[in-house]
Amino acid sequence: MTSLPTPQPNQKKLGLVIDLDTCVGCQACVTSCKEWNTQGYSAPLNDSDSYGSDPSGVWLNRVHGYEVKEEGRDDTHVVHFPRSCLHCETPACVTVCPTGASYKRAEDGIVLVNPDTCIGCKLCSWACPYGAREYDYSHGTMKKCTLCIDRIYNTNLEPEDRAPACVKACPTGARHFGDLGDPDSDVSQLVKAREGFDLLPEMGYKPVNKYLPPRKRRDAVTSAAIALPKGDGSAMDRLFSWADRFLSGKPAGTIASLEDMSDKLEG
Amino acid sequence: MNPAYSVILFTTASGAGYGLLALLGLIGFSHGPVSSFVFGLVSIVIALGLITIGLLSSTFHLGHPERAWRAFSQWRSSWLSREGVAAVLTYVPAVLFAATWLDIFHAPAWIGPLGLIAATMCAVTVFCTAKIYSSLKTIRAWNHPLTVPVYLAFALASGGALLTAIATPFDRFQIFQVILTGVVLVVLIVLKFFYWRGIDSAERTHTMAAATGLGAGVRQWEVPHTSENYIMKEMGFAVARRHAQKLRGVVYLLCLLTVASLAACLISPWFSWLSAPAILLAAILERWLFFAEAQHVVSLYYGAEKA
Repeated sequence: MTSLPTPQPNQKKLGLVIDLDTCVGCQACVTSCKEWNTQGYSAPLNDSDSYGSDPSGVWLNRVHGYEVKEEGRDDTHVVHFPRSCLHCETPACVTVCPTGASYKRAEDGIVLVNPDTCIGCKLCSWACPYGAREYDYSHGTMKKCTLCIDRIYNTNLEPEDRAPACVKACPTGARHFGDLGDPDSDVSQLVKAREGFDLLPEMGYKPVNKYLPPRKRRDAVTSAAIALPKGDGSAMDRLFSWADRFLSGKPAGTIASLEDMSDKLEG
Repeated sequence: MNPAYSVILFTTASGAGYGLLALLGLIGFSHGPVSSFVFGLVSIVIALGLITIGLLSSTFHLGHPERAWRAFSQWRSSWLSREGVAAVLTYVPAVLFAATWLDIFHAPAWIGPLGLIAATMCAVTVFCTAKIYSSLKTIRAWNHPLTVPVYLAFALASGGALLTAIATPFDRFQIFQVILTGVVLVVLIVLKFFYWRGIDSAERTHTMAAATGLGAGVRQWEVPHTSENYIMKEMGFAVARRHAQKLRGVVYLLCLLTVASLAACLISPWFSWLSAPAILLAAILERWLFFAEAQHVVSLYYGAEKA
């Protein structure tokens, strides 16, 4: 049923918390997601022309890279930005579905597509502002993050492995999984402590997944060249000074200035 | 948005068919039994034919057309499902109306009510089609108050032009066909003018900053793919924006050509054979622009600064 389930008191809201400060953009979450889900609930996640000149394929998780310039700073830094389904509380991708294949689970809030009833009309992907759904041209159905529903409740796995594949694969601990409906859960506490935020909150879909902002850069981290030390007039210093003049082919002068070195760096 | 040809054919062909069927229903309502069986039969067959071709083509872009019947189930929440239900339900009064109007089944008292019901269902179906698009908050150009009126006006205008063209060889040409279609066309041109002015001047309030939460100084650095992915193919279509102004001009010209040729029908009704193709071509071009010009919010993650 594509009507949304009525939220219960203490509604369980399983989701991810993604730390943009610690993500290094290694793509481990991307590949582990593909590896698990191409044989799990969403199987198959098809690729076409994999070894040809125009390869393409279905991915449920993609990592963007953005360059960010903080106000009042000249330098910029790179933020790696993993993007997957946010398992929204009021998702339009579910209500637009004409067949009931797209649905939100009442018990934990996970948004799924039933691969046996999806007609592949693609309307849900139009309704999603986050680009979370990708159409599988070979399978003729819509694919999306399942929050590894076949891992998190899988009693054949050890309890510590009952987490989404992306979370288990992340080498820097930038991805956290838990119940965001429980204010006392680890993930909720993390969101509170680090001021986690929603993507496109003004659209009103109430994403469950939260993002933690990159921490402010420290002043010591700077791309400006470090000033060279002043000479102390010792024998060693004179030797280096002579070597510098000799190698520069200049008849006279002192130790290369900061500006001279900058030219060399650039040129 | 990528303009899928099957969806353009679906919305324009079924629109014209519903417009024509609605007008035939209203003629039945006001005039009773058809005065020429052959004219009635041909016009009904063309109306239902266009509707059926349109509906069938809408299933061509499905990944699993054999599962299309499932789309009738979620009418409580989905405009696409409501559109499917309304489209199928419309066949019932349409066929009953045709049978009584053509006097295949003799029940003159029923022609009026059935014609009115069929006409209403035509309007409901086109309304639902337009709502599929206008209800999407992710696409500003579609989530616009004039989207639905434009769909309805195009359906009625193309249906009216078709009616005039079909009526001519059967000597059933009437001045009211030209006047009605002409008025709808003028309304359509005005609506389209305000629609295009509206989407051009609307403030694009969604930003890459809000999409990423990374502040005003954010820009795309590295893309999450090595070749085009589904999202870029489906939502990233931007070819038309380069030629949008010229193509809009062509739509206006075709609409004006339709008005002029309809006016010329007062000299010779055969000019309607120019009006019908002109308005159908205008509808196809306008529908192509409707898709191709629309920017999806997801483009913010792929380098667009505003949406």
